[in-house]
Amino acid sequence: MSDVLASIKFDADGFMEDAKQWNKEVAAALAAKEGITLTERHWVVLDYCRKEYEAKGEAPTLRNITKNTDVGTKELYELFPGGPGKLAAKIAGLKKPTGCI
Amino acid sequence: MKTFLILGGGTAGTMMAVKMSKKLDPRQWKIIVVDQEPSHVYQPGLLFLPFGVYQPQDVLKERRSFLPRSVEYIETPIERIEPEANRVVLGKDQRVIGYDYLVIATGATIRPQETEGLMDGGWRKNIFDFYTYDGAVALADFLKKFEGGKVVVSVAEMPIKCPVAPLEFIFLADWYFAKRGIRNKVDLILATPLPGAFTKPKASAMLGSLMEKKHIHVEPDFAIMEVDSGSNAIRSYDGREVPYDLLVSIPVNMGAEVIENSEMGDDLYFVPTDKETLQSKKYENIWVLGDAANIPASKAGAVVHFQMEPAVENILAHMQGKPMHAKFDGHANCYIETGYNKAALIDFNYEVEPLPGKYPLPLVGPFSLLQESVINHWGKLAFRFMYWNMLLRDIPLPVSNHMSMVGKKLN
Ligand SMILES: Cc1cc2nc3c(=O)[nH]c(=O)nc-3n(C[C@H](O)[C@H](O)[C@H](O)COP(=O)(O)OP(=O)(O)OC[C@H]3O[C@@H](n4cnc5c(N)ncnc54)[C@H](O)[C@@H]3O)c2cc1C
Repeated sequence: MSDVLASIKFDADGFMEDAKQWNKEVAAALAAKEGITLTERHWVVLDYCRKEYEAKGEAPTLRNITKNTDVGTKELYELFPGGPGKLAAKIAGLKKPTGCI
Repeated sequence: MKTFLILGGGTAGTMMAVKMSKKLDPRQWKIIVVDQEPSHVYQPGLLFLPFGVYQPQDVLKERRSFLPRSVEYIETPIERIEPEANRVVLGKDQRVIGYDYLVIATGATIRPQETEGLMDGGWRKNIFDFYTYDGAVALADFLKKFEGGKVVVSVAEMPIKCPVAPLEFIFLADWYFAKRGIRNKVDLILATPLPGAFTKPKASAMLGSLMEKKHIHVEPDFAIMEVDSGSNAIRSYDGREVPYDLLVSIPVNMGAEVIENSEMGDDLYFVPTDKETLQSKKYENIWVLGDAANIPASKAGAVVHFQMEPAVENILAHMQGKPMHAKFDGHANCYIETGYNKAALIDFNYEVEPLPGKYPLPLVGPFSLLQESVINHWGKLAFRFMYWNMLLRDIPLPVSNHMSMVGKKLN
C-alpha cells in the first residue's frame, strides 16, 4: 500500500470511513489500486460526487451523475469499468452507496 | 369547510380515504380522492396473470366501490400540483381544487421509453412487461403459444416496485414450463443490475442458491444499455450481450408524470419525504404515501399498510398543532412465490435485513422466513382476499406495524 493511504481507515469493502481524510493525492492512490489513471474526465465525475456528497450526505446515483454532468452512462462505464457508481464513490473517498431495494 | 385532498386512489390513496373518513368530522372536512382510471388494479396479482393462475376479474375491481360514500371521487387526470398556492389543477375542464391538507399517493409507473430500443419492433411481439395490466394479459397470450427458447427477464434499474417480483416471475416460469413438459427446451436467464439475486445479503444467498437449484442463470451487474429488436439481444454498458427469444422486461420505474410536471420529485420523480413521519420534506401540509415517496423502503403494498397508522397519527397531530411522535420504521414483508405451490417469506425494516425464522406468531409460525414452504404459498394467495376485503376496507390484519425480532435467528 502506498504511503498516502497508510493513515486512512477503510471499511470491509475498501470504502473510506472518514471523507475528510480525502484529497487529490489520496484519490490518485485509490484509483491506482483499482488500475485506473485519473484523467480530466474522471475529475468531472469525482468533483461532482464530492459536491453532491457535501450537499446531501450521500453519493449520487448514476442517473444523477449523467443528468447533471456532461458525462454519459457509456462513458461512465469506460472511466470506471465494472461498477461506476461504487467505484466513483470509492475513489472520491465517500461511504459505500446504499443500494436501493 | 376544509379540504383533505388525496391524489391517487390506489392502495395508499384508498386506505387513506377510508381511515380519514373515520377520523375527520364531516361537518368540518371534505375528503376528495382523484384518480384517472376507473379500475383499481391488484398489482401483486399481475405476477400470476401471465401463467393463467389468475383471471382478469381477480385483479381488477371498480375503484369507486372501495371508497366510502362520504368521500367525493373525481375521475380525471391530475395535471399539476401547485404546492406554493395549496392547489391542484385537474385535466378535466382545468378545474382547480384548493386544499388544506394534501396526500400524494400517485404511485410509480414503468417508463419503457427510458431504455434504448425497448419499444422498437419487438414490443408486445416478443418483448413484454408484466407490471401493467395490458402487458400481463398480452404476455399470457404469448406464453400459451410459446414452444421453447431463451427467456430473459431483464431488470432495467433499481428501485422497482416489489423488488422480488422479477425473481418470482422466473420461478413461476420454471414451474409453468415444467408443467407444460417443455422445461428442457427453455433457457431461463435473469439479467439484473444487482450483484446477485437480491439486495440484502442473507436473502440474496438463499434466493441465489434456489436459482441454481432450478437451473436459472443469473447475469449479475448487468446495466442494460440497449435492446436490439433486430437481432433479439440485449447489451450492457460493459459490453456483454444476452440473446433472447422472449424478453420480459421490468422497465425503469419512476414516480407519476404529474410529479415530474409539478417539479416536485428527485431524479426519478419520487417526492422527497421524511422516512419516519412520511411528511413532505418541503411542505408541511403534504404527506407522501406508498410508491410515490423517495424513502429508502421497498415499494410494496405491505409497506403501505405499515405506513398508514403512523401517517394518520402524524397528520392528526399536525392538525391539532401537536408534536408528531409516530414513526414508520421501514417495515416490509413479502411473500416470494417460488413455484410448485411453494413460497418463501421475508420480513425486514430500515435497519434489519431479512433473517431466517418464523412469522408472524414467533416460534410457532405459521410462516417460515427465508425458507420455501407450502403454507407461505397459501399466505400469498390469501393476501389477495385480504387486500380486497380487509386492507382496503380498514379491517385490521393480524400483524404488527413495527417489525419484531422475536422468532428470528440472527445466525
Ligand atoms: C407485478 C407487481 C407485483 C407486486 N407484488 C407485490 C406483492 O407481492 N406484495 C406487495 O406488498 N406489493 C406488491 N407490489 C407493489 C404494490 O402493488 C404497490 O407497492 C402498491 O400498490 C403501491 O400503492 P400506491 O397507492 O403507492 O400506488 P398505486 O396503487 O399504484 O396507486 C397510484 C394511483 O395513482 C393514480 N395516478 C397516478 N398519476 C395520476 C394522475 N396524474 N392523475 C390521476 N391519477 C393518477 C393511478 O391511476 C393509481 O391508481 C407489486 C407490484 C407489481 C407491479
